[in-house]
Amino acid sequence: MSASATTATSPRAGLDIPALLKDAALTAFVALILAIPLVGFETFDKSGSTSLGLRTRWGAVAIGVVAVFFGRLVMQVWRQTMLSAQPGQVPLWDRVAGSVPKVKLPFGPFLIVFAILVPILWSGNAYVIDIGITVLIYVMLGWGLNVVVGLAGLLDLGYVAFYAVGAYSYALLYHHFGLTFWECLPLAGLFAATFGVILGFPVLRLRGDYLAIVTLGFGEIIRVVLINWSDFTGGPNGIASIPRPSFFGMPFQAAAPEGKSTFASFFGLEFSPIHRVIFLYYVILALAMLTNIVTLRLRKLPIGRAWEALREDEIACRSLGINPTNTKMTAFAIGASLGGFAGAFFATRQGFISPESFTFIESAIILAIVVLGGMGSQLGVALAALALVVLPELGREFAQYRMLIFGAVMVVIMVWRPNGLLSSREPSIKLNPGKGG
Amino acid sequence: MEYFLQQLINGLTLGSIYGLIAIGYTMVYGIIGMINFAHGDIYMIGAFICVITFTILGVVGITWVPLALLIVLIVSVMFTAAYGWAVERIAYRPLRGSFRLAPLISAIGMSIFLQNYVQIAQGARVKPLPPLIQGGVVLMESANGFAVRFSYIQMIAIAVTVILMIGLTYTITRTPLGRSQRACEQDRFMAALLGVNVDRTISLTFVMGAVLAAVAGVMVSLYYGVIDFFIGFLAGLKAFTAAVLGGIGSMPGAMLGGVIIGLIEAFWSAYFSIEYKDVAVFGILVLVLIFLPTGILGRPEVEKV
Repeated sequence: MSASATTATSPRAGLDIPALLKDAALTAFVALILAIPLVGFETFDKSGSTSLGLRTRWGAVAIGVVAVFFGRLVMQVWRQTMLSAQPGQVPLWDRVAGSVPKVKLPFGPFLIVFAILVPILWSGNAYVIDIGITVLIYVMLGWGLNVVVGLAGLLDLGYVAFYAVGAYSYALLYHHFGLTFWECLPLAGLFAATFGVILGFPVLRLRGDYLAIVTLGFGEIIRVVLINWSDFTGGPNGIASIPRPSFFGMPFQAAAPEGKSTFASFFGLEFSPIHRVIFLYYVILALAMLTNIVTLRLRKLPIGRAWEALREDEIACRSLGINPTNTKMTAFAIGASLGGFAGAFFATRQGFISPESFTFIESAIILAIVVLGGMGSQLGVALAALALVVLPELGREFAQYRMLIFGAVMVVIMVWRPNGLLSSREPSIKLNPGKGG
Repeated sequence: MEYFLQQLINGLTLGSIYGLIAIGYTMVYGIIGMINFAHGDIYMIGAFICVITFTILGVVGITWVPLALLIVLIVSVMFTAAYGWAVERIAYRPLRGSFRLAPLISAIGMSIFLQNYVQIAQGARVKPLPPLIQGGVVLMESANGFAVRFSYIQMIAIAVTVILMIGLTYTITRTPLGRSQRACEQDRFMAALLGVNVDRTISLTFVMGAVLAAVAGVMVSLYYGVIDFFIGFLAGLKAFTAAVLGGIGSMPGAMLGGVIIGLIEAFWSAYFSIEYKDVAVFGILVLVLIFLPTGILGRPEVEKV
């Protein structure tokens, strides 16, 4: 206590105004230097000339520099008063994050019940349910990637490739063999897992960072092949008119095909397009829940424990007789198949897929969800997916600045909480202190 | 034969540009063990500053090419170095010592931020640069009229790369800065105990990487004549591939890897299909990693318990 008392001076005297101003001025100066070339001058296409036109925007530079000055000032003042006001006190968010696992309140079940109720609470609002579907796709992808990154500790930067494989499996199987969504769903997972094994076999014995770059390269390869192999994949135009899933063979249509009844007519309801949206919502909710249950059960199986052990210490695992390559491969394949399921669902939900949907940025978003949520935390991943999908959705007016803010938020959250938003990792197995202490 | 020679020249030019970017990756990886994902975008910013400076010079009226080129190089290098420094200061330094993935996620966020920042500030359309350095030397001419051309801009790109490599080797091996960099690379904690200013050394490493990336950016905008805000992603990916191929952490390895990637790309586009050149690059990467897991010039890393 005495140590903290001597280092942290009293809150009022702690604010060294001249130093703060100097610091803010310095930051603003750096901002000025950074802004001069790219904000200060704007090049534009001159009509009728090959050379570029030039105009200056000193007003924007000035606004930016002033904003940086005051932003830095406020940040430093806030940081200093927060730190010196209550020395030794744990910051607020740390307490919140730390208390989540301790509180006996069932956050998880509560969220699940909420998720089940969403279509009822917002019945008739297809927009909300549609966003709910997007959130759940990302939750599922996040949980799938969590198996690879969070549990097995393998950095996969090309997860979207498996998502793409799943989506194209369904689209192509439908177009060539007329298979339905429900028949394709397991196949999509199988194909994605096969790709995972094919990719994993050569690279999984490599060190972590090489794995990252190879998976990143693999993601690009899949995309390039999808774009260029036009005869098979439709090229950049993608594949359109992918059918929607049916409810036990009953389609969601206004008029039934020959000899069949539609969902609405079977249940004696009046046809409404929202039935399909709600149905899709429950399908992805079920898939996501399945992912969650599978992951939670896997963690308790020997293989899941081997993953976590491998993440912590590979050499110790080797000496205990765990085959690292095979163990990593199962994690990779299971993660890939979950991505494949999500991909097949994505295809049926959109009704149209093209390579545009499977760029690196998607992989980055999924990885960001896993890491921002706190690796290995199922609840954290779900909350991060909710935040990353809904926040940009709220800022639709700033569509132009959406990705700019997204990138900045990623940096800020990482700097603020490097271990993720909810990062209290519970050990899967605990020795019982009562026995044999 | 003539066709082969021409592709060799093209590949070497491309490879030296990749090599310059790859050195930035390999230096940062060597010293703090992180993949600086935003490095490709630093290169893109270098290319944009180059185009903007050329446009300003055109308005001001400095059109004598050697002088303009010199000014553009200096201006791009200076401002891009400021960006490299700021990126490290904002996104990576607060994360030093936290777990392994945190700086990578921060770097990916930074990369997305920089791309969109340039897109908003300068527009999404491609920026053309009028060809300033034209002409070249015809090395040989075959009977059917195919001439092997070694253009001046290709010469400049290769010459600048060689000069920078000499300067860099000198800096790393002979100067106090290089000594502290090598010390930090071996053991950051011990280096700090012995009075090396680790923060400053890491900052300067980022600045050096950004300088090389800026030069690569200038060369690319002169060589291809068009740039856009997205060029950093693929170039960065290939440069990182080059760094891994050559053995990450090794500077000659990065240059070698860059040249190999450039040659693969040039020859694959020439003899097979231009669409699948990126597939070929990554395919070769996978093959090399299977047989040489530490890259071509990398030291095998012995992991201790």
